[in-house]
Amino acid sequence: MSPRRFTASKDAKPVGARSPLILIVDDFADNREMYTQFLEFSGFRVAEAQNGHEALDKAFALTPDLIVMDLSLPGLDGWEATRRLKADDRTRAIPIIALTGHALAGHSKGAMDAGCDAFITKPCLPERLMEEIKSMLKG
Amino acid sequence: MKRHAALRATTARRGTKIDAADRLKLAEALLAADDLAACAQRALDWLGRAIGVTRAVCLAGGADSVTVLRPIATLGVRGGRVDSFVLDLEARNDPLVGATVGLGASVFGRNGRAAPSTPLGSGRLIAVPLQGRHTLEEYPVGLLLIASTDADIEADARWVAGLLGPRLTALRAAQRREANERRILRERTLLYNIINAVTDPILLTDTEGRITVANARAEALLSAGEDESEGRRRAIALNNMLFSSALTRRAIEGAEPWRHELLLVDPVDGSDLLFELLSTVTVDPREGTGIVSILRNVTDLRRATQEIEENYRKLRLAEADARAERDRLDLIIDSVADPILVTDSNANIVMMNAPAERLFTADLEAGAEARRTVQANDAHFSSFVSNLFFEPGAMRRSGSIGLVDPRTGALLPVEAISGKIVSEHGEVTAIVTILHDRTQELERDRLYEQLKRASSELEQKVREATAELTRQNELLRRSHFEIEQASAAKSQFLANMSHEFRTPLNAILGYTSMLLKGVTGELTPHQRRNLERVDSNAHHLLAIINDILDISRIEAGKMPLTVTKFDLKDLVAEVLAEVEPIISRSRLAVTSQLTPDMPPLKTDRQKVKQIVINFLTNAIKFTPQGSVEVRTEYVDTRDLIAIAVADTGIGVSAEDRDRIFEDFRQADNSPTREYTGAGLGLAICRRLAGMLDGTITLDSEVGRGSTFTLFLPRAVKRA
Repeated sequence: MSPRRFTASKDAKPVGARSPLILIVDDFADNREMYTQFLEFSGFRVAEAQNGHEALDKAFALTPDLIVMDLSLPGLDGWEATRRLKADDRTRAIPIIALTGHALAGHSKGAMDAGCDAFITKPCLPERLMEEIKSMLKG
Repeated sequence: MKRHAALRATTARRGTKIDAADRLKLAEALLAADDLAACAQRALDWLGRAIGVTRAVCLAGGADSVTVLRPIATLGVRGGRVDSFVLDLEARNDPLVGATVGLGASVFGRNGRAAPSTPLGSGRLIAVPLQGRHTLEEYPVGLLLIASTDADIEADARWVAGLLGPRLTALRAAQRREANERRILRERTLLYNIINAVTDPILLTDTEGRITVANARAEALLSAGEDESEGRRRAIALNNMLFSSALTRRAIEGAEPWRHELLLVDPVDGSDLLFELLSTVTVDPREGTGIVSILRNVTDLRRATQEIEENYRKLRLAEADARAERDRLDLIIDSVADPILVTDSNANIVMMNAPAERLFTADLEAGAEARRTVQANDAHFSSFVSNLFFEPGAMRRSGSIGLVDPRTGALLPVEAISGKIVSEHGEVTAIVTILHDRTQELERDRLYEQLKRASSELEQKVREATAELTRQNELLRRSHFEIEQASAAKSQFLANMSHEFRTPLNAILGYTSMLLKGVTGELTPHQRRNLERVDSNAHHLLAIINDILDISRIEAGKMPLTVTKFDLKDLVAEVLAEVEPIISRSRLAVTSQLTPDMPPLKTDRQKVKQIVINFLTNAIKFTPQGSVEVRTEYVDTRDLIAIAVADTGIGVSAEDRDRIFEDFRQADNSPTREYTGAGLGLAICRRLAGMLDGTITLDSEVGRGSTFTLFLPRAVKRA
């Protein structure tokens, strides 16, 4: 992957009374907390889950505006979790961005089949993720 | 008694006891009788009446024979003894014959002279020969026998015999003349009938040419009745003229029997009749000289002769034709290379062509060996043909005969085909046999067998080789499978490794980015510079990991080809825009020179872009100063495009030109090398170009610069 440019994010702060709630699902705490830190710094509300079951519980409980789903999770993995969320009326409308360290083609297709709305390969800089989230929320 | 008898006889001799009137009466009676028997009977009757003779017989010769005397009249005797009595005058010893040819009367039974056996018994017997007046004839006409004891009647008997003898002689002469005349008439009639029955005209002419005798056929041609038609009479007149002139000529030419052709006209239908005239002169003392002519009708004969000649001529022509035909046939048969033989019903060879002669004949000059060979050939052939003769139903037979060439002694395997020639009546008249030399055929078969054997050996070898190959293939396939498995394991391992690398790298890059963005507060310039080094090295590590992942994906066949249609111009602009940050840092003049008539490409856009970025970043990296130019070309004859990136950099030496495309290679591979980078860029580019059926070339001079060119088919063939 080519080196990416850094862009300033002065317009990162969301407009309006309540900022969108983003659910970050990742079993690797450093990455999860890094994204959480950056998204909160950028003005989003963030909830975290470290495995599939927790992701389902949080999603049904909080009904976030968007879910960032790492696919390689212990226990219930990201694909299965996505399938269940997309099969449930309460969570079907929530956009899901799949995140994976696997750059192989099969992963992206599997993610789309499971019902993911976007797919991003790690490493993904926090501002890149934020841009994707913003464009998803706008659409 | 005896004395009296002698007296009576004397009286009788004198004839005193019988008056003249009685004697006259007898003479008249005898003259009046017109046949011998009646005449003799009257004489006997007179003897009985006039002089008292009681028993008497008159013998006479018949009209047929003068030497055999039979009874023709009797007096006082009757029965078989008389009828069967015969006196043969040739029997000279008979006393009666002596009495017959004697002149006077003989008296038997007197003076010891025994009476011969007669129908009159054994008593005294007077025998008086009956003779003509002139004894011109050789034999007397008859004998008068009188049984009498009276010697006196002898004179009277002689007197009667003197009357009767001439009379009987005259009657017999008349009778014989009459019989002669009848015979002549009969013969004459027969002759005429015969002559008339002859279908050839026969004529007798006198010396003047007048016709004396003509048979019916001759008359039809040469004599005309009063009531004949005018035409017929004219034809007959013409015939007479022609015949006479022929005879005239014949008279001139001599007396020898003579043949001449004579053309006459048929009076009935007017057609020409050709005769052969045969005439012979006959000289008869009484009739004079005459000419006998026989005309033989040769009209039909002539016609037949002509027909025969014509037929003969035709036959000759047909024969010539047949001969020519046969010559031609012989030529054909002889020119057939296979021996042909014709055999008769006894299996004898009656005809053969020249090739057959070479097998079945040997002349005297040929050696004994050759003659024996010919005999053996003949025996083999005969036995073959005979078998066909004895198969009643079969019309054909074929089989093999082992013959030997008499000239060379070589074995000739021969196939014989025999066919029966059958007459209309179903009899086999001949057998035709054709012999076909199978030497070449057998040789061919032998060669074919050899070939087949060689071929099967070859096949066997090929099969063995194939089996070996299959075995090797199987080994290869297994080792290939193992290699593939190893390769897949390696790829899987690399994929996993890349994932394992990425996860921590993601955190490093993320936190570094956040620190640099001042998420955790402002940084001192020193902190920022160090943090930027962390960020740069983390990015470099990510690039290496990505490159490794790319290579493993390509090798694992997991790099999909995504073919789209796009403009190369847009792609170059996009690459330049993306590389812009590096360009601006390098202070190099980066330009592009694009051909205006480039048609749209149809290939994997992402991979082309990756190659061009790699060329461009390499060029910038290895060019300390000067310029870098991106150029595109279109080779329409081969539908190829060329994308070249030329720089004025350090260049690549000739020996390094191949190495730089290998994995993890830079020209300077030493640990203290001046240029960073994993050295995987060109290795990836080479693989990507291969996927697009393209090639990469390098044109370079150390210290002057390098030009990397990617050649691609404008449209990739693969799906």
